[in-house]
Amino acid sequence: MHVNLTDDELAFQEEVRTFFREQYPADIRAKQDNGVQLTREDYVRWQKILHQRGWAAINWPVEYGGTGWTPVQKYLFENEIAMANAPDMVPFGVKMVAPIIYTFGSEEQKKRFLPDTLASNIWWCQGYSEPGSGSDLASLKTRADRAGDHYVINGTKTWTTLGHFADWIFCLVRTNSDVARRQEGISFVLVDMQTPGVTVRPIITIEGEREVNEVHFENVKVPVENLVGEEGKGWTYGKLLLQHERTNIAGVARSKYRLSKLREIMAQSVHGGTPLAENKNFARKLAAVEIDLQALEFTELRTLAAVAVGKAPGPESSILKIKGTEIQQALDTLFMEAAGYYALPNLPQQFTAEYPVDERTGFGSETLSALRYFNNRKASIYGGSNEIQKNIVSKHVLGL
Amino acid sequence: MDFSITEEQSMLADSIARFIDNDYSFDKRMAIVESDDAFSQQVWQNCADLGWTAMLFSDADGGFDGGAVEMMLMMEQFGRGLVVEPFLANVILAGGILKRLASAEQKADWLAGIVDGSRQAALAFAEPHARYDIANIATSANREGDQWVLNGSKALVLNGGAAELIILPARTSGEQTAQSGISLFAIDASAAGVTRNAYKTVDGHGAAEIVLSDVKVADSALLGKPNEGYSALAETVNDGTLAVCAEAVGIMRTMHDKTVDYTKQRVQFGVPIGSFQALQHRMVDTLMACEQAKSLLLRSVMLSDAGSPEAGAAISELKYLIGTSGRKVAQEAVQIHGGMGMTWELDIAHFFKRMTAIDILFGDSDFHLDRAAAAK
Ligand SMILES: Cc1cc2nc3c(=O)[nH]c(=O)nc-3n(C[C@H](O)[C@H](O)[C@H](O)COP(=O)(O)OP(=O)(O)OC[C@H]3O[C@@H](n4cnc5c(N)ncnc54)[C@H](O)[C@@H]3O)c2cc1C
Repeated sequence: MHVNLTDDELAFQEEVRTFFREQYPADIRAKQDNGVQLTREDYVRWQKILHQRGWAAINWPVEYGGTGWTPVQKYLFENEIAMANAPDMVPFGVKMVAPIIYTFGSEEQKKRFLPDTLASNIWWCQGYSEPGSGSDLASLKTRADRAGDHYVINGTKTWTTLGHFADWIFCLVRTNSDVARRQEGISFVLVDMQTPGVTVRPIITIEGEREVNEVHFENVKVPVENLVGEEGKGWTYGKLLLQHERTNIAGVARSKYRLSKLREIMAQSVHGGTPLAENKNFARKLAAVEIDLQALEFTELRTLAAVAVGKAPGPESSILKIKGTEIQQALDTLFMEAAGYYALPNLPQQFTAEYPVDERTGFGSETLSALRYFNNRKASIYGGSNEIQKNIVSKHVLGL
Repeated sequence: MDFSITEEQSMLADSIARFIDNDYSFDKRMAIVESDDAFSQQVWQNCADLGWTAMLFSDADGGFDGGAVEMMLMMEQFGRGLVVEPFLANVILAGGILKRLASAEQKADWLAGIVDGSRQAALAFAEPHARYDIANIATSANREGDQWVLNGSKALVLNGGAAELIILPARTSGEQTAQSGISLFAIDASAAGVTRNAYKTVDGHGAAEIVLSDVKVADSALLGKPNEGYSALAETVNDGTLAVCAEAVGIMRTMHDKTVDYTKQRVQFGVPIGSFQALQHRMVDTLMACEQAKSLLLRSVMLSDAGSPEAGAAISELKYLIGTSGRKVAQEAVQIHGGMGMTWELDIAHFFKRMTAIDILFGDSDFHLDRAAAAK
């Protein structure tokens, strides 16, 4: 046992660090550092830069364009992304749908979708949840009825993150209602968002932004070729994938970066006042989060190490999700507490690309801390709420 | 000890409750929040006509002699309705300073308009660097001839955009954080040298940053004696703290009740989600948090009305409890509503935001825990 990186790993870290220093566009970095919302183009441009270096899909098998990295390399890479404050990959394509396509899809589907997904030519969104089916996803009602060489889809998907940016949506749909277990009648289909009958309506979230959508399907004709794998097996694919989707689930690297930012803020005096570092209560709370984060980082590393020697990650990944989101939310709270009264002005317009940073009179980016705190309450709700994660752990780990 | 309220007090609470239920729907509230003004003039006038703006002032000042109990009953209801009209800023903060310090003439000039709802006012108690220490005042007021010249910045002035009258503490002597040497002034918001940067807060209320550069005022703007403004400021801010705690108790209870209701309706896995023990125990926790907060609120209100020297510390204890358990109740409400709790469309999100803002207003829970500990 040893805690140090090997020489090879250190060299790799340096290589990644240099890449980020040289290739991460300054304008996107400035937006990120100043809390300015990124555009669709910003995300795409950055993902294409990573793709050119061959680093767009660190978890894919090498044959489809993955990196073949060891878990430690992946971990180092995620760390460098976070420390450069570079945007995360939009997860829906590379992390979510692509593994289903390369594992279960047809050769045509692989050819049609994998290269374009890797190159960020397609923006995907995820159509799982429905108004009546959230935690109990297997109760979903959106129907896909077979009519010759087409499916006809009717129903409503909701909470579709960045669906207004997306070109394609991957959906779980009901192809058979006449089954013993509800899960068996569910299939996995890919739908072009431009197909007639697809409408996307905004849902405004708590802080006042459009991040999620409702997607309605009215007699949407989808060619049978867009079914992934076998009809009725969609649930199995989705579940398998969730268990395999493991790196970065907890957002540890991102939290480490944010913690280092908090330490910087603490050392400064806000608006010429006493630095927060002199406030013992705050210092203790920050230390407590840091301890929790340190532990989680090692828990994640242990999970990665186990996976590397061929053990299935399984339901333990739920532990990473619960703990990781708790830590993210604790950090959100501390940012807001650090801002004090300056968390309260609602001035998101100051954080658009057009707005000159030095004209944000009186406000630094602390002004966004409450809005972030509000928005990130989602972290313990989406991707399987923390309650559902605990149910999974108690059932599959504790055997209760 | 007596927890009962008088018939008049219960009528007051009922009339506000009726107003919230019949005339201040969530949709109406949201339309007000989204309008250019941060509140509705018409609703405000309505409140004045019903006597609510006068309630907490003495008979001599044209009011109804209400005390902390009346204040609590009103603020709890305003919390339940998420009312954005500036009762806190006008009546409790600006009015609180004026009723304590203003001369008869100053009252006639300024307080009368607050009592009858015709004038908008604000108390600029916070400065950008000071966090929550109201004695930490860098704004200066210097004597030049027969005038005072004011310079400085004020942060998060509640109702600061709409206010015609701004009351502000300035340093007339002493160290930046000393309690002595603070004087209170009432200035016209349109006076030369006053720059206002108005905005809405994350919970939909109106506020402003205010910069004073060489603002010149006469002696008639000084409230009370020079250098001796701190105790009136501190008492008024204590009242404000108590008021938002009462509002928070109204919010906590409403969020808790709405959440329990929701879990009886929302079906997942073929059953109402309220049937899951994992959620049941947490809603029992939030119920206990509501009851505990209400108890400390009543204690603070009774100590305040009795003029007890312990009232200040009691209010800090209350604010600490509200800050910690109120935050928990609000977070649980969003979490248990699932995705719906995250939507602008649902009132839960807006209760959540107001609760968060209250946690910060007048000092967060760490600040008040320190104060409570120091008082022991
Ligand atoms: C911002 C945001 C983005 C999202 N993005 C997407 C997306 O891109 N695509 C997509 O398909 N979905 C997305 N979702 C949907 C998300 O996955 C669901 O919100 C989530 O699964 C919870 O479902 P629900 O909202 O219907 O809550 P419900 O299922 O109604 O749950 C309500 C509450 O009950 C609890 N609960 C439910 N069942 C149990 C149980 N058995 N035991 C204990 N507690 C329980 C839940 O944990 C929750 O606290 C997003 C959600 C949000 C908020």
